Amino acid sequence: MSAIVAFRDVGYTVGGRRILRGLSLEVERGETLVLLGRSGSGKTTALKMVNGLLQPGAGTVWVDGQATTAWDLIRLRRRIGYVIQDVGLFPHFTVARNVGLVPSLESWPEEKVRARVEELLRQVGLEPQEFASRYPRELSGGQRQRVGVARALAADPPLLLFDEPFGALDPVTRVEIQALFVELRRSLGKSAIFVTHDVHEALRVSTRIAVLKDGAVETLTTPGEFRQARGKEVEAFLACLD
Amino acid sequence: MPVWTEVLSLTWEHLGLVAIAMAVAIAVAIPAGIGLAHRARAERWALGFAGILQTVPSLALFGFLIPIPMIGGIGKRTAVVALVLYALLPILRNTVAGIQGVDRAVRESAIAMGMTAGQLLRQVELPLAARTILAGVRIATVTTIGTATIAAAIGGGGLGVFIFRGVASVDSQQILAGAVPAAVMALAADGVLGWIERKFSPA
Repeated sequence: MSAIVAFRDVGYTVGGRRILRGLSLEVERGETLVLLGRSGSGKTTALKMVNGLLQPGAGTVWVDGQATTAWDLIRLRRRIGYVIQDVGLFPHFTVARNVGLVPSLESWPEEKVRARVEELLRQVGLEPQEFASRYPRELSGGQRQRVGVARALAADPPLLLFDEPFGALDPVTRVEIQALFVELRRSLGKSAIFVTHDVHEALRVSTRIAVLKDGAVETLTTPGEFRQARGKEVEAFLACLD
Repeated sequence: MPVWTEVLSLTWEHLGLVAIAMAVAIAVAIPAGIGLAHRARAERWALGFAGILQTVPSLALFGFLIPIPMIGGIGKRTAVVALVLYALLPILRNTVAGIQGVDRAVRESAIAMGMTAGQLLRQVELPLAARTILAGVRIATVTTIGTATIAAAIGGGGLGVFIFRGVASVDSQQILAGAVPAAVMALAADGVLGWIERKFSPA
């Protein structure tokens, strides 16, 4: 089976600064690939190329066997869940309407959207009766990010993108939501690309880790072999572990 | 001593000038602001131009328009054109600011979830900008009610008729007959539009 996402010699330059230089990487179906790197390593830029928020300056990004430049971007994006650190919930929509957004855009019947929203809220640990009609400002940071995850899962997309999603949460909440993420990934069998600069998080949520340095992959490894892996950047991250 | 029937008819005429000018200004400035919000260079030019219009003293602007063919001449049409030009800037500026003020993460989420440009505008940008846009409409309306008193100087009618007549004949009762209804109208417009504005949740 072919990779769900493939980067081939991807370059990206903005304002004379090279963010990505010859990035090549494949994401297999069902895996959670973590892009681990410091600020400025190009990990977020790479992630935004998968759903066409950015297009490569050189090379090609393939999703489901088709280059992102050839995809109808609206169709592509509705098949990809997206969760970011600032969550970006719509402040004027209730929790239910936030979660049901993509199904509504896809013109699901109203009854089906409602049932789906309830199912999702339960999956992320929020009681629908209590939370469905609240507004985002009435939620805690952790609850907001749970809604963000539910929203990304709503139309059952085969691929999920996470951009430092839990970075703004307190450490306790953070570990709880990481556990939720791992459990959901196992039960739903989604493919995911997960960007983080936190090596603990990378080890907890990933099935594979790509360490990015200066816009290219330095080391590709698994969480089990991370401690034995070679590379300057890997060693820098290992130093954060103890 | 001004007669009540004249006060009523000139108030009505004044209201008409303001209503037509505001309808035209809103119809022009809100779509223009939507179009300009994501075009930085065009936005600077348009806001700069509207800003210059605003600095022209109002009596002079009315005067400048008179010799212009099609829109000029003596009468209501010229007055309405001048009022529209004045009302454009606050509405335009607030529409642009309202749309640009939408949280970056909210906008990015909307795009990443596969909203089309039209869905982004109707479901996210306009609802979140509504309060700011309405504030622009309110400011423009209150200003226009005041400025419209100058319409009388070029034969446009309205409550300014009393004021100019009162100034010419040093008759403060005449001046008040024009100024008081105009002030009441401005306060009422401010109150009603402010009430509508608060109906929209701040976000």
